[in-house]
Amino acid sequence: MSTFAVRCTGLTKRYGDVVAVDGIELAVQPGETLSIVGPSGSGKTTTLRLVAGFEAVDAGEISLRGTVVSGGKTHVPPERRSVGLVFQEHALFPHKTVGENVEFGLHKLGSDEQSARLKEALELVRLTHLEQRYPHELSGGEQQRVALARALAPNPEVMLLDEPFSNLDPDLRARIRGEVKSILADAGVTVIFVTHDQEDALFMGNRIAIINEGRIEQSGTPEQVFHEPETRFAAGFMGVADFVPAEYVNGMVETELGVFPMSGENSGPCEVMTRPDDIELTRSEEGTATVLSRTFQGISDLYLIELPSGAVVRAQRPHHERYEPGESVTVTVAAHYVARCFAQSDGRLMP
Amino acid sequence: MISAGPSPLADPAGEHLPRRGRQDSSRPPPATIVVPAVLIGLAMLLPIAYLLIRGAGATTEAWELLFRFRTLHIIGRTSLLVLIVTGFSVLLAVPIAWLTTRSDLPFRRVWSVLTAMPLVVPTFVGAFLFVSVLGPRGVLQQILEPLGVERLPDIYGLPGATLVLVLLSYPYILLTVKSAFQGLDPALEESARTLGHGRLSTAFRVTLPQLRPAIISGSLLVALYTLSEFGAVSLMRYPTFTWVIYQQYQTAFDRSIAGVLSLALVGMALAIVLLDAYTRGRLRYHRTGSGASRRTEIVRLGRWKWPALAFVGVVVALALGIPAGVLLHWLVRGVLAGEPLLLLWSATVNSLVVSGAAAVVAAVCSIPIAVMVVRHPGRLSHLLERMSFTGFALPGIVVALALVFFAVNYARPVYQTVWLLVFAYVVLFLPAALGATRAALLKVSPSLEDAARSLGRTPAQTMRAVTAPLIAPGIVMGAALVFLIAMKELPATLILGPLGFDTLATAVWSASTEAFFAQAAAPALLLIVISSIPMAFLVTREFGASTSSGSDGS
Repeated sequence: MSTFAVRCTGLTKRYGDVVAVDGIELAVQPGETLSIVGPSGSGKTTTLRLVAGFEAVDAGEISLRGTVVSGGKTHVPPERRSVGLVFQEHALFPHKTVGENVEFGLHKLGSDEQSARLKEALELVRLTHLEQRYPHELSGGEQQRVALARALAPNPEVMLLDEPFSNLDPDLRARIRGEVKSILADAGVTVIFVTHDQEDALFMGNRIAIINEGRIEQSGTPEQVFHEPETRFAAGFMGVADFVPAEYVNGMVETELGVFPMSGENSGPCEVMTRPDDIELTRSEEGTATVLSRTFQGISDLYLIELPSGAVVRAQRPHHERYEPGESVTVTVAAHYVARCFAQSDGRLMP
Repeated sequence: MISAGPSPLADPAGEHLPRRGRQDSSRPPPATIVVPAVLIGLAMLLPIAYLLIRGAGATTEAWELLFRFRTLHIIGRTSLLVLIVTGFSVLLAVPIAWLTTRSDLPFRRVWSVLTAMPLVVPTFVGAFLFVSVLGPRGVLQQILEPLGVERLPDIYGLPGATLVLVLLSYPYILLTVKSAFQGLDPALEESARTLGHGRLSTAFRVTLPQLRPAIISGSLLVALYTLSEFGAVSLMRYPTFTWVIYQQYQTAFDRSIAGVLSLALVGMALAIVLLDAYTRGRLRYHRTGSGASRRTEIVRLGRWKWPALAFVGVVVALALGIPAGVLLHWLVRGVLAGEPLLLLWSATVNSLVVSGAAAVVAAVCSIPIAVMVVRHPGRLSHLLERMSFTGFALPGIVVALALVFFAVNYARPVYQTVWLLVFAYVVLFLPAALGATRAALLKVSPSLEDAARSLGRTPAQTMRAVTAPLIAPGIVMGAALVFLIAMKELPATLILGPLGFDTLATAVWSASTEAFFAQAAAPALLLIVISSIPMAFLVTREFGASTSSGSDGS
């Protein structure tokens, strides 16, 4: 077994009757950035706090660099785990200057090394000129960078980021996201990044883990989780997806959009996923689908289409094709379309 | 109660602010916090618990005496005073609160400070000053005598007691209501206006209902304060429960009568607290956000400016002007007559030392309890909080008597020492310190502590490097508050002070009960001046807080 920077097996955490984290498996390679993404209440922050050591596990095990830190009777307290933590609200010490904040985690080092590491950390986030300022004198973006520098200064084994961008307004957000990504890349550190925002997750992570109700729905590269979702939840959570009722018979899936060959030998009721760019429309008197609405989006238009079964799908069409609400159309899928089919019973992928 | 944030005394039940629930269940509080917190909680219960034990074991004779004592009569007198004082205090406080926060009253800032100032005048000082002006052969009569006025209407009894107590305790309601006014969401009133309600209708249907919780918690303070009041009612010769208890304690051979009477007084205090909890329980007001999101509209008084000024002016003149003027009058007289001012030195030092010690001890004791309540909420923490608040409802005389009984029987060495007195102060005033510390701790985000832990600091190091410096101002504020109240405490000091141990409060008391007003003037003035220092500190903090929250709104 290679040494993972972080490895969680069977991680479980309960609060009374509520199971917040339900048997999570995670393995993060050194230098990798893992985005954990899920709706609020899905257990992602609890997972992060378990890894940081603020919570004790009820079952399962956490190891950092091959050393067990949580599990069984072992519980290494946060201060001895060598994890760097960046909070949503930054949590800068208001009574300390930028320099003192960054130095805070270097208390075990000699003073020469302290100042060297301070200098290094401030250079990394390009804030050397603000060393004497207090947190309240900084902009949101600067505070973010100080929080990063403070967490990075002690050279942690792993950096944990808890929704670090959710307090920023959209303009700032895109810029700061880029800065943070490049700072973390320069530092070459292992990162676990928690967010409810799929865009942030896709941007930051080499790998994405989608979490729901305390369980990992799917993990993989951003491309994998976006284009090859393994559960209906993952499909719906990452990007825009619609589901059309279907029937799996004899290695085929039959839908009102057509019949698609499948590789497996399943059977039973299911749903296939479509994304707006999978759908093509043709104006036709005999068309069995109806245009419900059109939303102008500049380069393209987004249509809501009602299929004969009553299912509604979204279609994104270039602006020079134009359909009006109420029109009858024929719906087909684009040439690149590969049907992904989820069982009606448990939402799992049927190959 | 002077803080702009959650008032320490006004909130005995501990309205819990929303906080993160997730981190509490799995992290049990460390023993270094739990053990002191539990010990402190138990210590706070000691007086009342002992009194109950004694009451249960009191002779049937004592219980019979209680009935022969016309107890119902005393309960009636006391309740009447509590009701009248509380009612009039509300009538004074609410308009003043409105005028000084929401209107364009000229010199609003000045009035705002002046109307809160009567808090620094101890009620027994106020009482002796009023008696010396309005009483028989008082200053006023001497002035009026040449005009043929032989007799003034009698000031003693209910009218005099009401006058003094209302004028000196309405600021408790004023301060809670003012901070409620500052926290009102102006959007609610604006919504009412756009929905077709005029200014007056909005005031009665929207604004006043929102102030009700603040009025109730301020009234609770005034009611409990009046119930435990001793000095002023004695000087005004309106014997309430505390006075009767004190008489019994001083004169009766069987001290358990005083103990049984004390239990009846505790019963009344409990009834007031329960009444408050009952009204509070049915009223739920959701304040979204901690402060006003915007500056509220300032109402132009127009020609109503003059009556408003007259109203505020008369209140300030009565509550501050008369006491100050009379005090100076007696002081000058005393100095001219060659009153020995030197005696004051030891009383001043005693007051400073005992109140200072109580302030420090109460502030330190408030820390573990506040940490439990804020960071580790749960059944134990809730119980500890309740235990720490017992002193809030207990009259000083009750705590003092219980401690006398206890010390005589079980702790002889501390009987007649200042240690017992300091302990009584801590039991009585810990709630004030706890309120301030809790409010300060609530403002420190738990993620700051988590950040320190993740940066390699142990819980103890985190406390020292992060939490302690951030809550220090709040703790100091709580200590200042305790100091201010302890300086003014009379009955506990009279009963528990060692023989020959004079404080400023007892010096004023013993001189004024003998009607040596000139002798009482100097210690009274000193008492007021010294307790004004923490008051000024608290008031400036209140201003700091209100201006900073105002600038947030832009």
